[in-house]
Amino acid sequence: MRGNEGHMLELKGIWKNYNPGSVNELCLFRDFGLTVQDGEFVAVVGSNGSGKTSMLNIICGSIEVDRGQILVGGTDIVRQKDFLRQRRIGRVYQDPSRGTCPGMTILENMSIADNKGKPYNLGRGVNKAKAEHYRELLRPLNLNLEEKMDFKVGSLSGGQRQALALLMATMTPIDFLILDEHTAALDPKTAETIMELTDRVVREKKVTTIMVTHNLRHAVEYGNRLVMMHEGKVILDKAGEEKARLKTEEIMGIFNRISVECGN
Amino acid sequence: MALLLSVLEQGMIYGILALGVYITYKILDFPDLTVDGSFPFGAALTVRLITMGMPPIVTLPAAFLGGALVGVCTGVIHVKMKVRDLLSGIIMMTGLYTVNLWVAGTGYVAIFNRETIFDNDAVNAFFPGAAGRLKTAVIILLITLGVKYLLDWYMGTKSGFLLRAVGDNDTIVTSLGVDKGLVKIVGLSIANGLVSLSGCIYAQQQRSFEISIGTGAVVIGLASVIMGTSLFKRVTLLRVTSSVVLGSVLYKGCVALAMFAGIDANAIKLITSVLFLVILVVSMDRRKGSLSQRRQHIT
Repeated sequence: MRGNEGHMLELKGIWKNYNPGSVNELCLFRDFGLTVQDGEFVAVVGSNGSGKTSMLNIICGSIEVDRGQILVGGTDIVRQKDFLRQRRIGRVYQDPSRGTCPGMTILENMSIADNKGKPYNLGRGVNKAKAEHYRELLRPLNLNLEEKMDFKVGSLSGGQRQALALLMATMTPIDFLILDEHTAALDPKTAETIMELTDRVVREKKVTTIMVTHNLRHAVEYGNRLVMMHEGKVILDKAGEEKARLKTEEIMGIFNRISVECGN
Repeated sequence: MALLLSVLEQGMIYGILALGVYITYKILDFPDLTVDGSFPFGAALTVRLITMGMPPIVTLPAAFLGGALVGVCTGVIHVKMKVRDLLSGIIMMTGLYTVNLWVAGTGYVAIFNRETIFDNDAVNAFFPGAAGRLKTAVIILLITLGVKYLLDWYMGTKSGFLLRAVGDNDTIVTSLGVDKGLVKIVGLSIANGLVSLSGCIYAQQQRSFEISIGTGAVVIGLASVIMGTSLFKRVTLLRVTSSVVLGSVLYKGCVALAMFAGIDANAIKLITSVLFLVILVVSMDRRKGSLSQRRQHIT
């Protein structure tokens, strides 16, 4: 494992209270911490309400923390606005419609994603010269999207949209790829396809990835580190060799045990 | 003939307003009531500049920029102060009533003996004799087409793509590393710039400013947008901006027809609102309907 170089991500002493001062007050994170090394592919599992998605939202700046630090390569970004942070982050959501623009064509969607990090000025939105390059990117998906460049994305299926969203999120250089249950809304076969595509993209781009999933088998099969969260804490953290030896049944057992302890 | 010409002229003038409303209502999904204030704002600014002796051509960019500034205010109230969209518009619309009175001086200003974009030496020399009857319509046509093509061009730029994206799915704008609030402010500013420009041309066509012209302006705009976009939905050769302008001409035609049929001139606002209701019901573009359509989109 490499040391404190590149884009290591550290969450330090994170506190997050929901609805403070009301009867619905819920303290999700008390002094939460997690360190993700540069180049790691972390699969995060845990029951509903364990704080997985909240953690992603905290990293991306979609929700603010009460206290704590978010260090990227040693620099604290906790006060940075969400859109500024996301210039270095690619994110794919559970809902396929959140990662693409339904009213715009595939070509327009890819053009707008390709411009990330550059100014959105009065230059032409679609660069015709790059259309062939975009087709090349779509071809390996085997979804025939390269023949539908002028189709509105809203007319595509959930799986097609999610594949496009994944491609769009990773088109430009990013430090982190954040996958928020990105296969959960898809049918089992499409979920497998998207998962394989994800694995290929992560390997090719060598991008640090955090994937939240409810699919324990995906968490075991993919990535080189597995983190289980429960009530705002990391209760299991296996990397490298230890992770490689993990079996789905084992994880399932731990998962069931904590669920029973909780009374559900 | 005179009636037809007047319908065409007014339809195209309000077509520019409708293009502004199209940006807020259809693209940004923002029901912007600022329009009731920014339309007379453009008119007030124009009569003020003309009575000050400014060349009429200056009023066009001045009204656009003035309206754009008004739109920025609405945007800042909504985005930065986090006031709901409808309320932001209501605040601006109400406040502008007073601003418009200040700018124009009083609630009614006539500019009968002044030069306008339709009546000056250059234009009159270009349309001699009988052709003079058509000059207003021709000039309005040129301006409206120019605005339409400029807007089409803008929507094809990177900045225009962001505007479309923010109304389509604002999450992605954040993902692209862009402040979505800023994009909304830009959209509101272009929209109100166009509305104010429309008011500017209207004042010169009418040769007067009247404070009450703003009342119901947003309804006329919405009616035109919905009528145009739903009637010409299937005409693929027609760009949506052209549909909106055509919708506005048709709408003005409907109102003129009602007046022609002998309905009392005092009933005009009632006709406006009833006609709008009819268009909403017929086109099924009611709020609930369009929302459920959007949900179907997601699943």
